[in-house]
Amino acid sequence: MKIVALTGPDTAKVSLGGIVKEVSIALIDDPKVGDYVVLHVGYALAKIDEVEAERTLVLLAAEGADAIAEFSAAAEAVLAPP
Amino acid sequence: MKHLDEYRDADTARRLAGSIAREANTARRYRLMEFCGGHTHAIFRYGLGDLLPANIEMVHGPGCPVCVLPTGRLDMAIRLAQRDGVMLASYGDMLRVPGSQGQSLMKAKADGADIRMVYSTLDALKLAAANPDREVIFFAIGFETTTPPTALAVEAAAKAQLANFSVFCNHVLTPSAIAAILEAPAVRELGAVEIDGFLGPAHVSVVIGSQPYEFFAEEYRKPVAISGFEPIDILQSILMLVRQLNEGRAEVENQYIRAVTRDGNLRAKQAVSRVFELRRDFEWRGLGHIPYSALRLKDEFATFDAERRFDEPYIASEGNKACACPAILRGAKKPTDCRLFGRACTPETPLGSCMVSSEGACAAYYSYGRMRERAQ
Amino acid sequence: MNVAPRAPRLAAHRLDLAAGRVDLTHGAGGRAMQQLIEEIFRPAFDNPMLARGDDQAAFEVAAGRMVMSTDSFVVSPLFFPGGDIGSLAVHGTVNDVAMSGARPLYLSAGYIIEEGFPLADLQRIARSMGEAARAAGVAVVTGDTKVVERGKADGVFINTAGIGVVPPGLEISGDRARPGDAILISGTMGDHGVAIMAHRAGLEFETTIVSDSAALNGLVADMVAAVPSIRVLRDPTRGGLAATLNEICHQSAVGMRLNEAAIPFRPEVLGACELLGLDPLNVANEGKLIAIAPAEDATRLLGVMRGHPLGQEAMLIGEVIADPARFVRMTTRIGGERMIDWLAGEQLPRIC
Repeated sequence: MKIVALTGPDTAKVSLGGIVKEVSIALIDDPKVGDYVVLHVGYALAKIDEVEAERTLVLLAAEGADAIAEFSAAAEAVLAPP
Repeated sequence: MKHLDEYRDADTARRLAGSIAREANTARRYRLMEFCGGHTHAIFRYGLGDLLPANIEMVHGPGCPVCVLPTGRLDMAIRLAQRDGVMLASYGDMLRVPGSQGQSLMKAKADGADIRMVYSTLDALKLAAANPDREVIFFAIGFETTTPPTALAVEAAAKAQLANFSVFCNHVLTPSAIAAILEAPAVRELGAVEIDGFLGPAHVSVVIGSQPYEFFAEEYRKPVAISGFEPIDILQSILMLVRQLNEGRAEVENQYIRAVTRDGNLRAKQAVSRVFELRRDFEWRGLGHIPYSALRLKDEFATFDAERRFDEPYIASEGNKACACPAILRGAKKPTDCRLFGRACTPETPLGSCMVSSEGACAAYYSYGRMRERAQ
Repeated sequence: MNVAPRAPRLAAHRLDLAAGRVDLTHGAGGRAMQQLIEEIFRPAFDNPMLARGDDQAAFEVAAGRMVMSTDSFVVSPLFFPGGDIGSLAVHGTVNDVAMSGARPLYLSAGYIIEEGFPLADLQRIARSMGEAARAAGVAVVTGDTKVVERGKADGVFINTAGIGVVPPGLEISGDRARPGDAILISGTMGDHGVAIMAHRAGLEFETTIVSDSAALNGLVADMVAAVPSIRVLRDPTRGGLAATLNEICHQSAVGMRLNEAAIPFRPEVLGACELLGLDPLNVANEGKLIAIAPAEDATRLLGVMRGHPLGQEAMLIGEVIADPARFVRMTTRIGGERMIDWLAGEQLPRIC
């Protein structure tokens, strides 16, 4: 959920898929427009750390990729002309 | 939707499932408890069980605040709502849970009690401000995620000197529940549950951080992987637990690193400690009496504590004797082990909280998974 | 020159359509009610049968099978993005009739109006109803007006009944689905219900969620003309796609297997459902239909649907299977399987 506007000392508008809702940001340190937050019962509980999110995605992308590479190599070996 | 769609990707799921299948040791079983009801819901809603090998079993835990609320406490809420001049504000999930006399907040509302569904404590405060002639009571339930919002609401009410606002507090603590699952005496009384590792709750951990789980990992030698809500998060966390168990490690790993830190949300924790203190004892459905497991308002906020303000007594109640929610909440039984499941007890006619709450194991299984039993 | 004398005016003054309100005399059967009909309803619906002023409408009955359907409309709010209770009342009944494959012909409209309801709103609703009927090629030929005390109706309630004629050679009914048949839907799911609920929950939109309320008889006419082998047609209204597919399974004594990745949703609808804790499969649609047809006709049917403005996003979403338990199963977007059940009770958002 992305912060699209700060509307008061403790409130902000967040957007998800084009829907905008006003929520409390009283529990967040230094919220800024463009930050992504985790939302629960109308309160932002934490900012999403973009660096860590990126790291997660990199780890996910690597997962099983070696297995696929192994399998592809093995398949090639099997199917290669004698 | 950024930070959501990536964690619902089919290709990533396939690769994670492949890794899990390759690395799970066929010579042993892995019994992993997902503590949080939101995880139970996600597992069934996405059919994650189909992506796991047969020797990995997900055991559903008690992390559903609706499910662990004792019937007697719900009865109190209903009685409060029925008092003249009271407007009870409640999260939606509580409205259909059956009390000990077959009542529910929904039924009480149909009978004339003024009960309003709210999405947030902010809504409850607005109701109080807009209705100065009514006593607005907010029915507060939940683990550590909903507690900070309640704390802020109480402080806001105090600051605004809102004379007609109070909170019926049923906030409970996650580490206490995990301890109850693992503690030997409780397990002996209520039935043994062998758990190899835990999937840690997502939003609770955002608030309390990863640090509180270190005790369980060290003391009980059980690995913990704190997991985000999405299916990819859950699969990656399961893989982490499988690897820990294979390697004989028992650590706290944080899969949800994009939102969870070791210390959690300091502001939230501080708000809670300003407003709440520990209750000496609290009864949990399914887990019995657990000391220092629940919160109540500090004396300085006594006027906002509905229990003290209205002097409503707690009367313990058994609930339906055939209902297996207590055992299901501990992971000792599955929904299909309950005699009432799918027969007398369905989402339309729920007899226990596990069937009413969308995070309850029975509701999740009934709505998303019961075709499996029939197929066999 | 013989000029017919001007009909005497019913009342001394015309209705104050700008600021006036409905009161109990408007439902009492006297002059006030007549005035309401003449100044609001008749001009809005504008057809010769209604203009006669009888308590009933008479028409020739075509040869063939006739179909009749009725529905009551109690939607709140009365006006929403994409429509209002008037247009909805036309679309809902026209669609129910059309789901038999019939060509809808005539509608009745019964209004129950709350004392104090603004005449301006009543006129707006009646006009909207008239426009919707004209666009759908049907006429509102008879109606009724009642007024109840303040507090006894939520503004206005409308009942419509509709009749139509089924072209020969069609056998379309909920009990005709067979294992192997293809399941198609005409477009995105959940738009109407979310438009209503989001409005009520006070959400704003960067892109407005608009109700999909529409008359589907034109689309149906194209479909049955090209593929007369269609077995089932139904519009997934209250209860959404989930409820409607379960109904069909029970009527036909079959099961279904769907592919989640094939079901189209607007991103705003998904976003609103995330925020409100709803499953879009349980959310009402008012301008979409489900079609079940033999597998060999599926591709052709999909082409016909996509060629019509109301079916441009049509998709093949699954197949009918043999299943004595009559479950609707779905392969989820990540490859696992789950059931799609009827929704129990009201949708309540999650809190954990």
